[in-house]
Amino acid sequence: MERSLMKGNEALAEAALRAGCKCFFGYPITPQTEISAYLAKKMAKAGGLFLQAESEVAAINMVLGASGTGTRVMTSSSSPGISLKSEGISYIAGSDLPCVIINVQRGGPGLGGIQPSQADYWQATKGLGHGDFHVIVYAPASVQEMVDMVINAFDKADEYRMPAMILADGLLGQMMEPVTFPEIKQKNSEKTWAADGHKNKRKHNIINSLYLQPDVLENSVVERYKRYDTIQENETDAENYLCEDADIVLCAFGATARVAKSAVNQAREKGIKAGLFRPKTLWPFPVNEINEAVKNAKTVLTVEMSMGQMIDDVKLAINCSKPVEFFGRTGGIIPTPTEILAEIEKLGGAK
Amino acid sequence: MTHEIILAGFGGQGVLFAGKVLSYAGLLDGKEVSWLPSYGPEMRGGTANCSVCVSDEPIGSPLILQPNVLLAMNTPSFDKFIDTVKAGGTAVVDSSMVDSTTDREDIKVFYVPATELASENDLNGMANIILLGKIIKETEMFTLDEIKAGLEKSIPPSKAALFDSNIKAIQIGMNS
Repeated sequence: MERSLMKGNEALAEAALRAGCKCFFGYPITPQTEISAYLAKKMAKAGGLFLQAESEVAAINMVLGASGTGTRVMTSSSSPGISLKSEGISYIAGSDLPCVIINVQRGGPGLGGIQPSQADYWQATKGLGHGDFHVIVYAPASVQEMVDMVINAFDKADEYRMPAMILADGLLGQMMEPVTFPEIKQKNSEKTWAADGHKNKRKHNIINSLYLQPDVLENSVVERYKRYDTIQENETDAENYLCEDADIVLCAFGATARVAKSAVNQAREKGIKAGLFRPKTLWPFPVNEINEAVKNAKTVLTVEMSMGQMIDDVKLAINCSKPVEFFGRTGGIIPTPTEILAEIEKLGGAK
Repeated sequence: MTHEIILAGFGGQGVLFAGKVLSYAGLLDGKEVSWLPSYGPEMRGGTANCSVCVSDEPIGSPLILQPNVLLAMNTPSFDKFIDTVKAGGTAVVDSSMVDSTTDREDIKVFYVPATELASENDLNGMANIILLGKIIKETEMFTLDEIKAGLEKSIPPSKAALFDSNIKAIQIGMNS
């Protein structure tokens, strides 16, 4: 299959088209605008609808409407824009509707900056809106994974009738790498719940997130959490790099994992037994996988482009059975392999 | 073997395009490649740059802090990056645009009046490609045929007519 060179944002947009995405609603914001620009050119030719909404709030509610008709739909933004969408995301989750949401993160809080960041980890995995709900969160670390994960995200969103998010960052969105587009098997997902016209042949479907009777609302949430249990059982994914004999296991996701891998390689050259654990799904967090990865380690070092957010999940997942240390840069600064290596050496990195 | 290249200049001089040509040449040569642009307000009239990695190994961080090859097309870029070049590395400088020089003796520096060469040869706007020719000759990163293949992939169909001029620019660079 031919390898072509594409920006992460454009490759992701192309993959969404190939995955059968028929509607895109968005509002421009750096560093993800290439997704909108690409789909503005290509969506209509693919028989779909591209619409630049008047705001992020409008865009996410258009996603809700389109999803309700059973259409594969996507929206995309960067950190401040995702905050604006959060009310709508909660409504979509509460209505049991599938959709794909892209967050190409930039530095925050507030308007922050436009350089890469991972400081929306908590937001994506724990608080993407009000109420008891989750979205599936994928963390790509290469342009190829931007492609593979968005294709998978559409399938999983449909399968579990819930939003799925790609939590990328400005570095992955802007960089070009070789990429190939896999053959896509269109899954037959009949959407019997869709409000797409009953033609007097069936009872009409209702899409709603309002339940004024507490017991009915509780039931609907508990029902959803049963689905979440299945997801936690079946959908975790992670990469384990040289962890088997490692004294120190680094834990990093997304673009940071690439930098951390360089640091691990440099540490190995110096005779330090380092390894890298990289969650590919952030929710569900790969609990079993990380326990396996750190079982022989003395120390765990979490590396993030934030002040330390995933570190909470790392500690919870391993039940604080090892010391979990942290190194991070924030505000749009990308950590360097050299400074991560210094951290590994500082933590003993027993030879 | 890993080449870590920073290409820098004013927005509009074609440093991002030159980086893309190198990336495509690497890809077609079966290498791992990455291309990362600077993005942000500095691109408006200010300096633009990109980091290109061409390697036999999978690429970790695509952000280059210490290049072994530097292409500098304006004075601010030259001043910003010349001291970051790794010892033993190579810098190719458009001396029509850059009025600084360096005292460093641990790197090879080639001053090529690329912008003047471009206008003398009716190749306005192709100083970037002339410098690319100089880079591949001095570093032996790619052969002429490999860079041709990279150009063929990088030039959009709407500008296909410019392919021959680009090849001429490469050759002028290689012979400079």
